[in-house]
Amino acid sequence: MHELGVVFHIIDDVTKVGEENSLTDIQSVTLQLGTVSTVIPSYLKDCWEWAVKKTELLKNAELIIEPIEAITFCEDCKSEYDTIKYGRTCPNCGSGHTYLVQGNEFMIKEIAGS
Amino acid sequence: METVKIIEIKQSVYESNDKEAEKLRNELKERGIFLLNLMSSPGSGKTTTLTQVITKMKDKYRIGVMEADIDSDVDARTIATLGVESIQLHTGGMCHLDADMTRQGLQELTDKSIEFAILENVGNLVCPAEFDTGSSMNAMILSVPEGDDKPLKYPLMFSICDLIIINKIDVMPYFDFDMDKCIENVRMRNKNAKIIPISAKTGEGIDELTRYLSEKIDNWRE
Ligand SMILES: Nc1nc2c(ncn2[C@@H]2O[C@H](COP(=O)(O)OP(=O)(O)O)[C@@H](O)[C@H]2O)c(=O)[nH]1
Ligand SMILES: [Mg+2]
Ligand SMILES: [Zn+2]
Repeated sequence: MHELGVVFHIIDDVTKVGEENSLTDIQSVTLQLGTVSTVIPSYLKDCWEWAVKKTELLKNAELIIEPIEAITFCEDCKSEYDTIKYGRTCPNCGSGHTYLVQGNEFMIKEIAGS
Repeated sequence: METVKIIEIKQSVYESNDKEAEKLRNELKERGIFLLNLMSSPGSGKTTTLTQVITKMKDKYRIGVMEADIDSDVDARTIATLGVESIQLHTGGMCHLDADMTRQGLQELTDKSIEFAILENVGNLVCPAEFDTGSSMNAMILSVPEGDDKPLKYPLMFSICDLIIINKIDVMPYFDFDMDKCIENVRMRNKNAKIIPISAKTGEGIDELTRYLSEKIDNWRE
């Protein structure tokens, strides 16, 4: 159910921007979503379809999701690697002292409307 | 023809909640209210631990508890028997509380002079980690049966907590749970969190926990 709560937050934020810009019909909302964020795109879309129907401003709005690839950095050998493939253990040196550089983003990038 | 405008937003989905949470935190600080946000998986022992903590601390602080874990008032009633105000928040099946819902919950508490407010968050280690409630302290409970590798599975939750309580240490002999390994796993995700092993059943470690909380509450209210 995380996705539904999140959809309400997005609708609130986007409605505010839409009103500030005197839009009456928002046609699309583009999100940037890291591939290791806790949000599942297909669930998010389902919740979106359901929730926007209840609004006037966003009832026709399509949700566009741009994925952001997950990259982890190893503090011991200073290399970067693909998080999805290797997880938290560095494939180069086997160290666990690693942190995510990108991939947990969850951003509202832009909206299109009239 | 109507022209379609593209408006760039470039804002994190969590940002408006983060701002709301910061505002709430500052207000609570001004009013001298310490808010503890307690999180864990279902059944790790939040209500049992709170029962112990409240019994030891209720004479020193005015306490109010907000229960959000399940949409039934069993936990709220358990806490109410201790003689402190306790309310059930209705989350409508939501997987986390955000700062707005927390603010509403605090308004529902009738005692306006509370000093120590406690939020028993929804039993879930994923979503509550993403939503700042405006609390003065984030705490979580990891219980022995869940395994010493849990910090590796839920890194975000472990990284946002100021206090990590390891509960049910009374059953440690029956589980393949290595305390040193567990602490090492926590440290990989969080170098600074306070870690306190307890048994909410036998009371072991509760004194250390209440001492730690008292110190943080007194600092906050200075
Ligand atoms: N053995 C043992 N059981 C515990 C301990 N703390 C809680 N429990 C039990 O774990 C179950 C869930 O506890 P509860 O406090 O309701 O967890 P919550 O869902 O996180 O609020 C109950 O049956 C408790 O009696 C403990 O320290 N040791
Ligand atoms: Mg409970
Ligand atoms: Zn490495």
